[in-house]
Amino acid sequence: MSMTEGPRPLRTSKSEQQTEASEAVGRLPGTSADVPRRGGMGGWSDRWREMPRQKQWLILIPVVILAFFLPLMNIPFITTEPGNDWPLACQAMAIFALVAVGLNIVIGYAGLLDLGYIAFFAVGSYTAAMLTSPDSAFIKIPYLWTIPVAIAVSMFVGVLLGLPTLRLRGDYLAIVTLGFGEIVRILATLIPAMKGQPGFQNVGHPPGTGPDGIPVFANSNGTPWYWLTLGILIVLLFLVGNMERSRVGRAWIAIREDEDAAETMGVPTFKYKVWAFALGAGVGGMAGALMGGQVGFVNNQKFDVVTSILFVAAVVMGGSGNKVGAIVGGALVAYIPLRFTAIAEYKFLIFGIALILIMIYRPQGLIPAKQRLLAYGTKAYAAVRARFSGKGANPSGTGGTGTGGTGKSAPPAPKPNAEGATS
Amino acid sequence: MIPTILAAAPPSSDWITLDFASLAQNFWSATFDGLTFGSIYALVALGYTLVYGVLNLINFAHSEVFILGCYGVWFTLSFLGFGPSAPNLGVGAIVVNLLLALIIGIIASALTAFLLERLAYKPLRKRNAPRLVFLITAIGASFTIQYLIFLWRGPVPEQALTMFKVKPIFEVFGTYIYNDQLLIVTAAIIMMVIIERFISKSRTGRGIRAVAQDPDTATLMGVNKEKIIITTFVIGGILAGAAALFYTMKIPSGVVYNGGFILGIKAFAAAVLGGIGNVRGALLGGLLLGLIGNYGQILLGNSQWTDVVAFLVLVLVLLFRPEGILGTSLGRSKA
Repeated sequence: MSMTEGPRPLRTSKSEQQTEASEAVGRLPGTSADVPRRGGMGGWSDRWREMPRQKQWLILIPVVILAFFLPLMNIPFITTEPGNDWPLACQAMAIFALVAVGLNIVIGYAGLLDLGYIAFFAVGSYTAAMLTSPDSAFIKIPYLWTIPVAIAVSMFVGVLLGLPTLRLRGDYLAIVTLGFGEIVRILATLIPAMKGQPGFQNVGHPPGTGPDGIPVFANSNGTPWYWLTLGILIVLLFLVGNMERSRVGRAWIAIREDEDAAETMGVPTFKYKVWAFALGAGVGGMAGALMGGQVGFVNNQKFDVVTSILFVAAVVMGGSGNKVGAIVGGALVAYIPLRFTAIAEYKFLIFGIALILIMIYRPQGLIPAKQRLLAYGTKAYAAVRARFSGKGANPSGTGGTGTGGTGKSAPPAPKPNAEGATS
Repeated sequence: MIPTILAAAPPSSDWITLDFASLAQNFWSATFDGLTFGSIYALVALGYTLVYGVLNLINFAHSEVFILGCYGVWFTLSFLGFGPSAPNLGVGAIVVNLLLALIIGIIASALTAFLLERLAYKPLRKRNAPRLVFLITAIGASFTIQYLIFLWRGPVPEQALTMFKVKPIFEVFGTYIYNDQLLIVTAAIIMMVIIERFISKSRTGRGIRAVAQDPDTATLMGVNKEKIIITTFVIGGILAGAAALFYTMKIPSGVVYNGGFILGIKAFAAAVLGGIGNVRGALLGGLLLGLIGNYGQILLGNSQWTDVVAFLVLVLVLLFRPEGILGTSLGRSKA
């Protein structure tokens, strides 16, 4: 992906690094590491990374608690306009955030463009519906069990779709997924077991009945659904965060940066691409199952390909390659049409234009991803060099260790592969 | 995937049939109709192929270039007084009217392609953006145009127009060939041949092939890359405009804001089938896809299967022969 071919000699002076950094402004949606911070969000993210772990927790826990209380608080101005139930809006935001985090694995980490993400969402929804709704002829299982089943089924479909396409260049994946997004809808219409337009009523929900005899997880009761989704989202964030830092995550980033180089360095690119695609599909399926349960009704009209483009817009807007960015982007895409009903009708147009403008003017998104991995690779490379070529030979090593505020980290030279091979 | 669902499904009516008898019975009419649709796919596919050959970019917005051509055709013909019933005009007058519609359609499509290139892709090229950024911009542009049309014309398809009275001309293999089929196939093939000649013989065509082969070297040799890229987009637009006329002729109810979407995917599948970047491949792929889609539709017993079949063809081609049937790229095609 990267425009620079092959490893380059390490920059020796910091000023040279800075030039490099400013040249690289807005190259990739992912590689914004080289972008000089201009305060605002970027400054925040730097300060965040400088904090010790304990201090991060100290801030994070209240944020999470606040997030859990969100549907209960009806903050004036922030709350949605009359006619749009606020807890349900929170649930929609959480679902979109979940979807964006999943899609971010595919687009942000592995650099694969999945334009039919709604298809996996649909597969998940249909799995949940067909296994719980009384309208379906299949065996019935409790709703909560459908979530793992939905994940498995959508991952399977993802692998099925990924195997033929992922061996090829990324563009083919884009068009195949785009087509698949539409095909799922047509199949849902054609295959009688999927019931087309009548669809499935009374999709199951988690157990529990309130004191008034109404189920806790009623379709119109957004708050418990939001809590469930948020809980899943938080667990998912831990998993994705760990994966990002693991060998798999490094392989994804290497693939995104330069697939040929990654392959040459011994990264089994095809395998890791299929993994990214399948995991993304699994998260999409899970979000679909949650959505199906909450809405309680699944039919073929709900899964428009255009919604897929909204998902892509969510990831790209937030800052592809960044979990927090994905959450913010996803939540915004769901929130804006509900908050400003006057423009809801134009949402597709607005997000479409936003997509083009972001790509032209700020490809790294609202909250750019910080490429700690690339920075780390450079540091490791510098350290190794320093050891073998005598002390003090490498001022840029110190420039790198500073991280945060001053260290502008890493020309995309030695690539994470260097360190991927050693671990 | 389908067989498992089929096995699990309750015994139900014939949603999917393997009706070989019907296929054998309608074989020739399906063939002629398939070739007609195939010619339309081929014309649109050429737009994908040329841009892909030169820029290595799937121009997702090409489907919108095409549908705006359809709107150009539709508005012209409505303005000229065409309606749902066949016009009461002489052959000469109809030809003049259709030519006018063709020209307006071509202008609409070519202009869209031109603006698209200037406004969306050129800024990216200027700063050497990576492929992912191009692709996302392309889909964003497609989406934006689609919803601009939606806001302008709403979700309901435009009123169907009949351009001339469809009647059989002669009989082959016991099946009539209709005047619209003959017109579309002949016109499309003539256009494709002209484009083929243009690309292999003319100076501009040589420039296109040079840029497709190696943009930097081509620039060093004095080829104006920017001009070539613009020309490529405009040629794609012109062919899409022509396809728009034939499409409106064949599927009068197809002029709707998202009408280009599925056709675009089919055209792309056709381009891949023939070998993307290959001009002759686009023609071959288009015709083949038209045939396969039509046979599949009759065999499986529902017109919606055409889209599914086209998609399966795309996936199978990518699985077994990703370089397509003819497989050469635009740059390597012989002079």
